[in-house]
Formats: sequence, structure tokens, C-alpha cells
Amino acid sequence: MNDKDVIQAKDLCLTFTSNDGPVHALKNVDLNIAKGDFVSFIGPSGCGKTTLLRVIADLENPTSGSIIVNGMTPEAARLNRAYGYVFQAPALLPWRTIERNVGLPLEVMGMARTEANERVGHTLELVGLGGFGRKFPWQLSGGMQQRASIARALSFDADLLLMDEPFGALDEIVRDHLNEALLQLWKKTGKTICFVTHSIPEAVYLSNKIVVMSPRPGRVTDIIESDLPADRPLNIRESKRFLEIAQRVRLGLREGHSDG
Amino acid sequence: MNGFFDRLVPIATIVAALIAIWYGFAVYLNSPWQIDRYEKAGVEWTMRDLARDTMSHERAILPAPHQIAVEIWKTTVEKKITSKRSLVYHASITLSSTLLGFIIGTILGIVLAVSIVENRAMDKSLMPWIITSQTIPILAIAPMIIVVLNAVGVSGLLPKALISTYLSFFPVAVGMVKGLRSPDLMLIDLMRTYKVSRLQLFWKLRLPASVPFLFTSMKVAIAASLVGAIVGELPTGAVAGLGARLLAGSYYGQTIQIWSALIVAAFMAAALVSIVSIASHYTLRRMGLQS
Repeated sequence: MNDKDVIQAKDLCLTFTSNDGPVHALKNVDLNIAKGDFVSFIGPSGCGKTTLLRVIADLENPTSGSIIVNGMTPEAARLNRAYGYVFQAPALLPWRTIERNVGLPLEVMGMARTEANERVGHTLELVGLGGFGRKFPWQLSGGMQQRASIARALSFDADLLLMDEPFGALDEIVRDHLNEALLQLWKKTGKTICFVTHSIPEAVYLSNKIVVMSPRPGRVTDIIESDLPADRPLNIRESKRFLEIAQRVRLGLREGHSDG
Repeated sequence: MNGFFDRLVPIATIVAALIAIWYGFAVYLNSPWQIDRYEKAGVEWTMRDLARDTMSHERAILPAPHQIAVEIWKTTVEKKITSKRSLVYHASITLSSTLLGFIIGTILGIVLAVSIVENRAMDKSLMPWIITSQTIPILAIAPMIIVVLNAVGVSGLLPKALISTYLSFFPVAVGMVKGLRSPDLMLIDLMRTYKVSRLQLFWKLRLPASVPFLFTSMKVAIAASLVGAIVGELPTGAVAGLGARLLAGSYYGQTIQIWSALIVAAFMAAALVSIVSIASHYTLRRMGLQS
């Protein structure tokens, strides 16, 4: 137990009942995430990485074990609006302009108009969408839409950012660009970020902590602390240290697969 | 301008083809009777005579399009609107009950849909009845509605409008239920992360998402309302309205009168659906849902 820990999961289990019997989405997961960490969850589909994120967000209830988010239960954390969540798809409301989409959480929270507008403008600048506020979602590219959805998660300034494969549907070039932008954002804001991905280079490039998971039952097989420098140009991905870490992640994934 | 012609040409072609076929049938269907008459009178006749006479018959089995056009012209432009023989007068009677029925039907449909989506018990208990209601032939239930309402002292426009309501609430209710349920799970999860109340979820997500569905069902509903209004005038001995014109026409074998009432009803339906379409286009555009 550590005061600096934003997330503490202990012996966390989640079992879904299906027609083919119980599905162990999560089994005996122990995990501590410190304030300011950038943690990637990596693993093949069905390893429970998204489920774990959803448990942290109180969108899913664990069957047993304990989890604490920001020193309280996930439900209390959600009710306190302790986190922003970014989904696999931009999930923007098509009838709202970008600024009204980004302002949606503020509107729900009942923030005053002028303050909300100021925040929205600031957050749009932060993700590089200044000047696009009046556009409707369909007028923006996929990458820009996902930026807008990140802005929406940041708009109410929660300390914790939960991201579920946010760049999975984007092409390589846009993805690189957004990865760089996300790192800068992380440095600038000092938020704790939980990031689900199934791309090894993405996980290694972004995080200072990589949680390797494996399926059936979904569990954590390895936790890798990355010692890459905080300043990470894109070409760090060719460095020796980067490739070593990537190799360790790959081994962890393979191990989980063979005995799974 | 180009787009306008692109749309006009196919429609005009179909209309021209229909009119040509109509003329063909007018000659074909009316000729046995006309030939019979020639023979009785013992006159010589040519195909030319036959064509002319079959197309100018007062009580033809199928009147020719121009006869109907002339009749419509006479009973709209050349008659005072207050005249009992003015089609504008009759159309306005039908239109008023169509619109009243449509408005009540749309409101009823929306209210039903909201209660079905927001309340599980309503979903279980109401939906089967809503579907069953549409299996009853409207022609059978229309006189009942008029009679029952008359007995409780409600007469005039409202009973007729309620028959329109009976037909128009259904597409709205079904379309709205679908629309209110259309936001996918991801959007609902998103709203949950903001700790939205049920009311906020409804106003900020479900209702706006249902607007395109609402307009689509309103297009069906307004056409159904017109049918309801006309059907409501048929079995109830109404003296005014397009339905009354149809009925009077059939009593006296006035086929031209029947057809002109039908054509006016068709144009009215087209106009009403167009108005809803324009409203839909404008609203969805403003909402950013249409490019």
C-alpha cells in the first residue's frame, strides 16, 4: 500500500457467465499504478485488458477481490468524476459540433457557460484542434475525431485518463503523430494514463510501465518498468534499449500464449 | 438547376407514360357501351368517332384524364370556396381533420414510445396492444368511434380526427421506440462515466438520436392520417370532405367526380409528405446530421 498509488487492485477476479459456462475474464490480478504513471496494458484479444479498464471505470463489476481508485471504490471514483475515458471509436455525438461535444461532460456537470467555453477552447488547443470547434464530427478526419474525443476526456481535468485502444482504427502515420502528441500531453499535464493496446511498439514507445496480459483466464503475466528517457523522439524506436524492452514484451506475450 | 432537371425528367417520363396508358384504357373500357349505343342509333362510326366519344362521356366507366382535369379546374378555380360544390372546400374539411389527427397521433406516438423505452412494465404491456390495434380494419372501427363519441357528446371535427390518429400514432410510436433505442452501448457507457441522470441521458442522448427516426415515421404517419380522414368520412354519412365527395359520386355514378376527388387527395398527400420532408431536411441539416 502506497499513498501515491492511484489504482490498487488486489486478487481481482471477474467471471462472466455465458451459455458455454463461466468465462474468466480476469483472474487474480494484482496491480499498483502510481500517480503520474503511463501504463500500457498489452495482450491478445480476450486477455481482459479492456475488461480491467472497464472495472477501473466502474463500467464492469468485479466478481471478487478488491480495487481502489483514487483511494475510493471505482463507483465513488466515477461519481466523483475522477477519470476521463477514451473509447476505441471517437464516440462523438453527430448532432453536436466539436466544441459542444468536448463541452458535453461540463454541461452534464452543470458548469457555468463562460467557464465551460474557456475550458473547451483551452482543451481543444491542447490536442491541436484549435479553430475546429465549430465543425461537426463528420467534417473531421478519423484522427481529428479521436483527438476531439481525447479533448472531451480531458475537459473536466480529471487526474486519471483511461484509454481503450484509442488509436486502433487509425492508420500508421496518424497513429505515430497522435502517439507523439499524447506523450507531450502527458508530460505537460502529469496525468496518470492507463492505455490499452495490442501494438508492442506503441506500448513501449508510450509507457513507463507495461502490463503484459494473457487470455483464458485473463491474467497479468509480466509487469515491465521501462527505463527509456522521458524525451522520446519517434526514432527512439530504433534504439537498442527500445528493442530490448520490446523483445521482453514479445516473450511475455508468447509465454502467456503457450501455456494458455 | 441541373439537379432539378435530373430529378424532373424521370418523374415527368413516368407521368407521361401513365397518362398515355390511362387514355388507352379509357377508350378500351368505355367502347363496348359506346359501340352498343352507335348500333342502337344505327349510325355509321369510325375509330376516330369512337375515340372522341369514349373520351367525352359524362358517366364513363373510366373518364379520360382531361375530363378529370377540367372537372378539377371547374370545382376549384371557378367555384367559390364557400360553395358546397367546391373541391377546395371539401379538401379543406378533410385537411383540417387530417392535420388535427396527425398532430394528436404524433404526440400520442411520442408519449407511448417514451414510456415504452423508459419503463420496462410499459414495454411488456403496451407493445403487443399497439401492434394488435393495427390489425383491426379501420373501416370497421371508424363508424364505432363516431357513434361512441357522439353518444358521449363529442361530435364534429374531433371524432374524424381520432380515426386519423388511430392510423398515424402507430408508425410514430414504432419509429420513435427504435430511435430512442438507437444510441449504441459505447455512447451510453460514455454518458455513464459522466454520472448522468436518467433525465440527462434522455435529453442529451436518446432524444436527439431519435429525431431522424421521428421524421421518417412522420412521413408515413401524415399519409396514413389523410387515409384515415377520408375513411372517416365514408361510413359516417358526412356531408362534406373528400370522402363525402367520393361517396356521393358513387351513389350517382359520377365517376368524374370520384376521380377528381381521388386525384385531389393524391396531390394533397404528396404535398403533405413533401412538407414533412422539407421540415426533416431543414431540421437534420441544422443538427449537422445531413451534409
